[in-house]
Amino acid sequence: MSVADAHRAILATWRIEQPRLITSLARMLRDIPLAEELTQESLVAALERWPTDGVPERPGAWLMATAKRRAFDHLRRGRMLARKHEMVAREMEAEQQATPDLDSALDDEIGDELLRLIFTACHPRLSRAARTALALRMVCGLTTEEIARAFLVPEATVAQRIVRAKRTLSDSGLAYETPRGEELSARLGAVLEVVYLIFNEGYTAARGGDWLRPQLCNEALRLGRVLAAVAPHEPEVHGLVALMELNASRTASRTDVDGEPILLLEQNRALWDQLQIRRGMTALGQAQELGGARGVYAMQAAIVACHARAGLAAETDWPRIAALYVELAEVAPSPVVELNRAIAVAMAEGPAAGLAIVDRLVSETALKGYHLLPTVRGDLLEKLGRREEARAAFEAAAALAGNRRERDLIRCRAEALQART
Amino acid sequence: MRFMFIVTSPQQQPPTPELLVEMHKLADREIKAGRMLDNAGLMPLATGAQVRVSDGKLSVVDGPFVETKEVIGGYAIFELPGKEEALASAREFMQLHLDHMPGWGGVCELRAIASGPS
Repeated sequence: MSVADAHRAILATWRIEQPRLITSLARMLRDIPLAEELTQESLVAALERWPTDGVPERPGAWLMATAKRRAFDHLRRGRMLARKHEMVAREMEAEQQATPDLDSALDDEIGDELLRLIFTACHPRLSRAARTALALRMVCGLTTEEIARAFLVPEATVAQRIVRAKRTLSDSGLAYETPRGEELSARLGAVLEVVYLIFNEGYTAARGGDWLRPQLCNEALRLGRVLAAVAPHEPEVHGLVALMELNASRTASRTDVDGEPILLLEQNRALWDQLQIRRGMTALGQAQELGGARGVYAMQAAIVACHARAGLAAETDWPRIAALYVELAEVAPSPVVELNRAIAVAMAEGPAAGLAIVDRLVSETALKGYHLLPTVRGDLLEKLGRREEARAAFEAAAALAGNRRERDLIRCRAEALQART
Repeated sequence: MRFMFIVTSPQQQPPTPELLVEMHKLADREIKAGRMLDNAGLMPLATGAQVRVSDGKLSVVDGPFVETKEVIGGYAIFELPGKEEALASAREFMQLHLDHMPGWGGVCELRAIASGPS
């Protein structure tokens, strides 16, 4: 094996094993920055040894054994300072010697360890930006450079955020453990929010066109699946997984060859990913079975599921979607939800019924700068044959649209109306 | 990137109990880690059939199957960052066969799954 081959093999294994290594060490040492440092040392050791000795039969176990050895050394060095650590080290060493089947021991602990790490990274004491960066760095193993590129911020900003967040975690000496019972449900919200934020950052192509953005979607999906596997009784976890899987199933059909966005009703549904739709539907079913049908994520997933079920755009169950938006507005009222309901009502009952809802939203201050409100209004007015009013609405929308492609599209519609008036 | 792992072997014997346990453990870990999206073992050849097109004709072969060189034993679908990770994963999977099914030989072929035009 050439040195380059060995390096590639090491980095691949490293990427897969890193979160597991960090979590195991963090648990031993109760110190995340130190765990990360010692884990890095095991990578360095692998880079030194594998090219000459060959890749071990169980590369993951090799890395874990090496990292743990460093952790034991560290605990032993600290023995003068803290007798307790020595005891911990001895206990752990004894424990390790008593379990020669290292692999199966590792397999059993992964779920809990990862969950602990996710809850720590998404601790409520950290800012939302810090939680997101820390989760991507520690749980997903992305580099600070990758995170910076994905979020279009300078690398130094991300690095600083992560350093500060880790310091906050170390200084506050907070327990590195998974909350239980009511506290788990309370803290879970913050975790799900971070995961959904990561997903949306990758999904909405509002800014940037970097290849890393789909990777953010994949990492969020993976985190969601991890959470669903380790906290299977929480309905909203399944609801969020359903929402992400179902939305991600349309990725291939969302843009044309030039990268121009294609609207949902005009997408080629043959390109929708059926494996992902099936997984999304299963997750939604689980959320509902656990009594979570009225969770915010589950309800949004139920709406997306209506689209996923329709083989043709014309087969979409709009009355059901409109009814789901009513339910969603009861749990999470927002003018944006109301605007979406207006679109569904217009599809189900006709443009006049939709317009009645939109007109009630015009005075809503929260939507003052929101270009989609006049866009939807213009669309409904045009369908009703009120061309002059429609044109004015499109012009107002074009003035508010921040995205160039969208602005051009809206302007075209306004001009088309003027030409025929 | 999505990958399909296809395991083929000239031998048709079922996996040993030890191998089954180990494969289950590995699958459980990979599912929990959010990497394995789907997987399944396939029933013996006799439970299936082959529908073939050759020389401009369609024919159905519904057993008995003789002279089969390689039989697909199962498949798995993974979501991984790239080919290197897929290779590492397949290596780990095949190491289990080496450890827990003496005398067995076979191939785990990994292929990237084609995605849409974007």
